[in-house]
Amino acid sequence: MSALQFIVEMMLLLASVGFIIGLRMLGSPTSARMGNAIGALGMLVAVIMSFVLARPSSEYAGLLVAILLGSLVGIYAARKVEMTAMPQLVAAFNGVGGAASVLVAVCEMMRLAQSPSLEVSPIFICTAWFSAVVGAVTFTGSMCAYGKLEGWISSRAVLFCGQRIVSGLIFLSLLAGLLLMFQEPLNTNLFWTITIVSAIFGVLLVLPIGGADMPVVISLLNSYSGLAAMAAGFVVDSKLLIIAGALVGASGIILTRLMCTAMNRSLMNVVFGAFGSSVIAQQNADEKPLREFTSMDAAMLLHDASRVIFVPGYGLAVSQAQHNIRDLANALKESGVDIRYAVHPVAGRMPGHMNVLLAEADIPYEELKDLEEVNGEFENTDVAVIIGANDVVNPSARSDKSSPLYGMPILNADKARSVIVLKRGRGTGFAGVENPLFSLERSGVVFGDAKKSLSAILNDLKHL
Amino acid sequence: MPADSLSSLSVAIYVLVLAVFVGFEIIAKVPTMLHTPLMSGSNAISGIIIVGAIAVSVGQDGMLGQYLAYGAVFLATINVVGGFLVTDRMLGMFKTKSKKVGK
Repeated sequence: MSALQFIVEMMLLLASVGFIIGLRMLGSPTSARMGNAIGALGMLVAVIMSFVLARPSSEYAGLLVAILLGSLVGIYAARKVEMTAMPQLVAAFNGVGGAASVLVAVCEMMRLAQSPSLEVSPIFICTAWFSAVVGAVTFTGSMCAYGKLEGWISSRAVLFCGQRIVSGLIFLSLLAGLLLMFQEPLNTNLFWTITIVSAIFGVLLVLPIGGADMPVVISLLNSYSGLAAMAAGFVVDSKLLIIAGALVGASGIILTRLMCTAMNRSLMNVVFGAFGSSVIAQQNADEKPLREFTSMDAAMLLHDASRVIFVPGYGLAVSQAQHNIRDLANALKESGVDIRYAVHPVAGRMPGHMNVLLAEADIPYEELKDLEEVNGEFENTDVAVIIGANDVVNPSARSDKSSPLYGMPILNADKARSVIVLKRGRGTGFAGVENPLFSLERSGVVFGDAKKSLSAILNDLKHL
Repeated sequence: MPADSLSSLSVAIYVLVLAVFVGFEIIAKVPTMLHTPLMSGSNAISGIIIVGAIAVSVGQDGMLGQYLAYGAVFLATINVVGGFLVTDRMLGMFKTKSKKVGK
C-alpha cells in the first residue's frame, strides 16, 4: 500500500465516521438537519476519494456527465415533490439505488471476464450473486411499491392462483443459479439471467402486499438497498461500502420491526399474509347507526371544550387538509383551548409520514404526541377529533379477541368525553373492520372531505 | 484461496459485523417524529454505491460495460443528491414553538 493509498483509506474512514455521526444526529429534532449535512459531507469526501483511487483518464468526461445528469434529476425530484408523495419518492430513490448496486456487480463481472484465466474467490461469487438478487429485487419491488402508492397498480393485495408456488420455484431457481456460478464464475450471460429472474421475483414479492402495509414494505426495501450496497462492497472490495450498507440495512430493519409492532403483525404475516383481502369477507353485516353531526354541532362542541386532541390519519393527507387543521387549531388556541395532536406510528404511508405533513403546515413539533405520551391524556380530554383515521382508533383492537385488529396498539380516543369523527364516507378502514368508536353514544360523525369539513367547522366557530 | 485474500476477507467481515451493531445502537432510540427524515437520510447514505460505480467505470474494455458503469453512476447520483436534499427540505419544516414566538 502506497502512502497515497493509505491517506485515501483514512479519508474513507473519515467518511464512514461522518455517516455514523450523521445518522446519530438524525435521531434528535434539534440536531437532525446538521446530521444530514454531515452525512452529505461524508458522501462528498467519499466521491472525491474514489476519483483519486480510480484515477480515471478517458472516463473523466463520461463520469462527470453521469454525475451532472444524476444531480439534476435528484435536485428536481427533491424540490418538486409534494410532502404527501414522500413515500413514493423514497421508494423511487431506493429503487435507483438498488439498480445501481446490480449494475456495479454486473460491471465488475464484465471487467473481470476480460481476463478469463482469472481465479475468483467463492466469496466474490456469493456476494456478486447476493448483490444481483437483492439489488434487482429492491429495484423492481420499489417500482411496484411506487406504482401502488401512486395508484397506478391496485393498492389492494394482488394475488393469483399458485402465486406462492411460483415465488418458491423462482427462489429455488435463483439458488440453482448460484450453484451454476460456481461452475462458471465469470459467465456474464448467466449473471444477467439471474438478475432478470430476480427482477421478476421482486415484483411477485410486493404485488401481493396491500396498500395499508406500505410503511412496512418501504422500510424493508430501504433495508434491502443497504444490504445490496453492502454486498457490492465485498464485490469491489470497499470497506466504506460495507460500513455504509450495513448501517442502512440495520436502520431499515429497526424501522421495519417498529412498523410491524405498531400494526401488531409479524413480518412473515405482512410479506406472505395478504391481509385485507381475506378480512373483508368477514365484515359484520349489522351496522350500528351512526349519529350524524353538522359542522355547527362540531363547532359548538369544540367551542365549549377546554382540552382537545386531534387524531390525524391518512384521510387528512389525501385531502391535503394539514393547513386547515392548523387554522382550526389556531382559532381554538386563541380562545384558550389546549390543543395537541396524537400521531399513531403508522398514520400515513411511511414511518413518521404524518409528522412531516403536520410540520409542513407549521405545526410546532412539541404539540405532536406519540402513542405512549398521549394515551393517558384522553381521559382528561373534552373532545377528540378524528380526522380521516380509522383502524388506529378502533377500540376493538383492545377488547375484541375476534377482531383482526386485536392486539394492535391504538390511540384511546374512545376514552375522551366526546368524539367528533370527520369521515369521507361510510366505508371501513384499510383493514375492512367495523369501528365501534364511531357508533358510541358520545360520538358524532361529520361526513365529507376532511378539508371541506374542517373549514366549515372553522367558519361556524367564528360565528358562535 | 490464498492466505492474504482470506485475511482481507476476515477484516471485511469484522467491519461488517461491527457496523451492523453500530447501526442498531444509533437507530434504536429515534422518536417516531423523525422516522421519515431518518429513512430518507439513510436512503441517501445507501447511495454510497456511487463509490463502487466510479470504481468499476475505470478499466472497462467493452462499450457495454462502460455505459452500464456510467448508468450506475447516474442512478447512484440521483439517490445521493435527491436523498440528502429532500431530507434537508423536510427537516427545514420542523419548527419549535420558541422559533415561532421569535417571528
